[in-house]
Amino acid sequence: MPSYVPHTDAEIAEMLAFVGLSSLDELFEAVPPALRLARGLDIAPGLSEPDTLAVMEGLADRNRRAGRELVCFAGGGAYDHEVPATVRRVAFRSEFVTAYTPYQPEVAQGVLQALFEYQTLLCRLTGMEIANASLYDGASACVEAVNLAVAATGRHTVLLSRGVNPNWRQVLGTYAAGTGHEYVTCDLSGGLTEWRDDAEPAALLVQYPNYLGCLEDLAAARAFADRAGAYLLVAFDPVAAGVLRSPGEFGADVVVGEGQPFGTPLSFGGPYLGVFTCKRDHVRRLPGRLVGETVDADGRRSYVTTLRTREQDIRREKASSNVCTNQTLIAVACAVQLAWLGTSGLHELALRCARGTRYARDALLSIDGVEPLVDAPVFREFAVTTPAAPEVIIERIAEEGYLAGIPLSAEYGERGLLLSVTERRTRDEIDAFVAAFEKVIR
Amino acid sequence: MMPAAAGGKATSAPIMGRDAEPALFELSSPGRRAASFRTTGVPEWSVDELVPVDHRRSQPAPIAELSERDVVGHFTRLSHRQYSVDLGAYPLGSCTMKYNPKLCDDAAALPGLTDVHPAAPAALTQGWLELLARLEQVLCRITGMHAATLQPPAGAAGELTGLLLMRAWHGEHGGQRRKVVIPDSAHGTNPASVTLGAYETVTVPSDERGLVDVAALRERLDEEVAGIMLTNPNTLGLFEEDIAEIAAAVHEVGGLLYYDGANLNAILGVTRPGDMGFDIVHMNLHKTFAVPHGGGGPGAGPVAVSQRLAPYLPGPRPVVGDDGNYRWEDPPKSIGRVHSWHGNALALARAYAYILANGSDGLRRVAEAAVLNANWLRARLRGVYDLPYDRPNMHEFVASTTSLKKEKGLRALDVAKRLLEEGFHAPTVYFPLIVDEALMIEPTETESLQTLEALGDALERIAGGDIDDARHAPRTTPVRRVDEARAARQLIPTWDARE
Ligand SMILES: Cc1ncc(COP(=O)(O)O)c(C=O)c1O
Repeated sequence: MPSYVPHTDAEIAEMLAFVGLSSLDELFEAVPPALRLARGLDIAPGLSEPDTLAVMEGLADRNRRAGRELVCFAGGGAYDHEVPATVRRVAFRSEFVTAYTPYQPEVAQGVLQALFEYQTLLCRLTGMEIANASLYDGASACVEAVNLAVAATGRHTVLLSRGVNPNWRQVLGTYAAGTGHEYVTCDLSGGLTEWRDDAEPAALLVQYPNYLGCLEDLAAARAFADRAGAYLLVAFDPVAAGVLRSPGEFGADVVVGEGQPFGTPLSFGGPYLGVFTCKRDHVRRLPGRLVGETVDADGRRSYVTTLRTREQDIRREKASSNVCTNQTLIAVACAVQLAWLGTSGLHELALRCARGTRYARDALLSIDGVEPLVDAPVFREFAVTTPAAPEVIIERIAEEGYLAGIPLSAEYGERGLLLSVTERRTRDEIDAFVAAFEKVIR
Repeated sequence: MMPAAAGGKATSAPIMGRDAEPALFELSSPGRRAASFRTTGVPEWSVDELVPVDHRRSQPAPIAELSERDVVGHFTRLSHRQYSVDLGAYPLGSCTMKYNPKLCDDAAALPGLTDVHPAAPAALTQGWLELLARLEQVLCRITGMHAATLQPPAGAAGELTGLLLMRAWHGEHGGQRRKVVIPDSAHGTNPASVTLGAYETVTVPSDERGLVDVAALRERLDEEVAGIMLTNPNTLGLFEEDIAEIAAAVHEVGGLLYYDGANLNAILGVTRPGDMGFDIVHMNLHKTFAVPHGGGGPGAGPVAVSQRLAPYLPGPRPVVGDDGNYRWEDPPKSIGRVHSWHGNALALARAYAYILANGSDGLRRVAEAAVLNANWLRARLRGVYDLPYDRPNMHEFVASTTSLKKEKGLRALDVAKRLLEEGFHAPTVYFPLIVDEALMIEPTETESLQTLEALGDALERIAGGDIDDARHAPRTTPVRRVDEARAARQLIPTWDARE
C-alpha cells in the first residue's frame, strides 16, 4: 500500500529520541488506556494506487453516465451543460485546488483576485451590488437569504412560493426547527405564484424561472413586497441572465441561486455552488466571506477578505452566519467558465437552452395524452402530465438510453414530469427521445 | 548537513514574481470570444420569439470579451500568485493542511462518478449509492459510531445538523432545553452554530493544563443543558484526558456530547469518539481525509451518531436490501434534508479513495506521524518561543510571542509575515483566543523531517531577528502587507464599484 507519510524508520527513531520517547505508542500516553483501540481500526488494510482505482472504477461502472449512455433531459437544479476544457485545465490547477482560505493575503492573491472577479461577474448577472465568495449550494443560499431578511426586518414569517425547488424548501424547513422561522407556502396558479396575504411577512421568496420552468411575475412580487414592507428574495438561474432581465432590475433585495451550470458537471449533486448576492445596504448582514480591493504597503492594487467582523471566527455566537469553509474552488471554476463564455457566449448559451426547450416541448406535446402541466411561458425547463406514471416512464425509457426527467410530487398535480433541455441536446437526440417516449407510454 | 533543497519551501517558485495581474475586465477587447457550442440542428428561433418582452433583457449581461488564450493566461498567472500545499509546507493549525494524494483527484474525476444526475433513479446509480453506503460504514468504524449522514457540505453545516439532532432528541425525551456548553478554546463556528440551533452558548473555561475545567463544567451542568460541543484533542492540541468523566457528567443531566471532528487526524486508529462517550460526531473530510481545501472549499462534513440518534438523521440515506440492491430511504424520524442533493458527492468519493488506499494500517500511521511531527517541532522551538502548554501534545501545539513582544515588540502577526518570506505558509495566529499572541502550529504527517528542520530554523531566525525587519515583512511575496482597514473603510467589493 502507498504511504503518504515520508518518514523513514531511521528518521522516526531519531525524532522519537529528540522528544525523549522510545516508541510511537508513547506519543499517545495522554489517551486513557481504557479508551485506546486495542486491535486497531476494523477496516480493511490499505490498497495500492492501482488497486484503489480499480475499486473506484468498479463503483463508477455501476452508474449509468449522462451522455451517450443516458441522454439527459433532467434538470431541477442540476443541469447537463458543457464544461469546456479550459475550465478543467485551468480552474483545477493545483495552486487553486490545494490552497486554504486566503488568511494570508500576501500569498493568496491568486484566489482572492479570482474571487473578486467572480463577485463582479455574479453581480453583473443578478443586477446586485454585493456578492459573497460562495455558499454551499442553492438550498443553503436560500436559507441565508431568509436569515438576512428576518434579521433585518425583525419579522419571522416568510411567504414561500411553491415554485421554489422542493429540495430547497425541505432544507429551509429543516433549518427552521432551529431558527423558528415560519413559512407560509403560496400556491401556483397556471404556473405562477399567488401571494397570500399575511399580516407581516419578513420576505417573499420566489424562484425565477421557477421549479416548473415558468417565468414568474417579479414586478408583481416586488409590488406585493412593498405593500407588506417585506424583502424580495429571488432564487435565480444564472444561465437565464443570458436572455432574461436580472432580478435586480425588478428591485430584488437579495438574489441567490445554484451556480452549478457554470463549470461544474452533474457530479451526483455536489460540490455545487451557492450564489449569494444582495444590495449594498445589506452588506453588514452578508453571510460568509467577501473579498475587497485595497492596496499593499507599496500602494499596489491588492485584494483581501473584508468586513470580517460579521464572521464566526470574530463575532462567534453573534455572527451573521456560521459558514466557514465554502465552495471557493467551484466559484473559481464558475469565473473561468464565464470568462470563456464571454458576453456573447453567455447570451448564446441561454438562447440555445431556450430553443432546445421550445423544440422539445412542442414535440412532446404533439404526443397524444401528453399535456402541458401549466401554460405560463418557460425558459429552459417545462412540466407535462403523462398518460402513465412518470416513474414508470422514466424506468422504461432509461432502457432506451434516456433520462426522461424528474417526477413531480403530488403538490404539483397528478402524473407530472419535469424536463430540462440544455445547449448540449441535438435535434436528433430530441427527436429520438420523443419517439421513444411515445413508444414507452403505449 | 542540510540537504541542498531543504524541503517544503516555496522560495524557488515563480509565485514570488511580483508583477500584478490585470483584472479580467481590463483584458477585454470588443469582439473577442472563446466560446463555441455543439452543432445541434435545433431551429434557430430568435430571442424575441422565445422570451416575452416583459422578461427580455435589453442589453446582454456584460462579462468580458476574451480569447481562450487570454483566459488561460490570466488564471495561470493568478495561480502563480497563490501559495498551496503542493508548493510547500502549510502549518496552519486546526486546518490539517496535509498533502492530498493525486490518486484521489483521479478517482473523483472518473466520468462514471462526475456525469451522473443526482435525481436519476437509484436503479441507474447503484455505484454511487454503494460508494456512499460504504463510506458511511467506514466513517462509523473510524469514529466508533452507529450510523451517519453524508449530506452536510462542511464542518459548520455538520455542527448545525448535530444541534438540530439534539433538538429532535430532546423534543421527544423530556422536552426542549436552552443551553449548549462549549469551551473557551472552541472554534468560532461552534458558538455561531449554537445560535442557529436556537440555543444559548454557555462557555466553560479551560484550566491551567489547557483542558476543560471539570469542576467549572459541573457547575454549569443542569437540566437546561442540551449538550456540550468538544473537540478532542482540543484546539491547543491537547487530549482531553478527563473525557470519560466529562461524558458521564453530561449524560447524568440528560445532555448529549457533540464531537467537533476538526482534529480527528490525531487519533485515527488510536481511539474513537464513540468509545469516549460522544453521541454525535462531525468529520471534516477536507482536513482528515485529504479532500483538498480549494482555496476555501468545498469540503464535506458528514455527521455520525450513536444508535439512539440514528432515527433522526437527515435523509434520504442509501440502504441496501436483501437482494443486494441499494435504495434511498428516509430515517423514520428524520430532521429532514440539509443539502440540495446528497452532499458534496465528489468530495465524498475522494475521501473514500483516501481511506481505501491508507486502510487501517495507513490511517494509524497518519496519526502517529502527525503527532510525532508536532511534538518534534514543539521540542525544537523550546526556548525560542513561549510554550504556554509545554507538555506532550497531539497533532498541533500553540506557541506564543508574549515574551518576544515584551522584549522587542515582536507579535504573532510579524512572525506569520516573516515566515511567508522564508517560503513557508504561516501558522494560524490569534487562535485559540485564550492564548496571547498565539501561533497555532500543525505540521501534519506529510511533512518530512527535513522540512520540519527548515521550518524550525526559519522560526528561530525570525525570533532572533531584528524587529524592524519583521515589521516590514513580507517583501518577497506577490504583494506586501495589505491595508485591511482601508478595504473595510472604502469598500470595493466588485470591479464596478471602483471610482
Ligand atoms: C476546530 C474547528 N471546528 C470547526 C471548524 C469548521 O469547519 P468548516 O470550515 O468545514 O465549516 C474548523 C475549521 O475551520 C475547525 O478548525
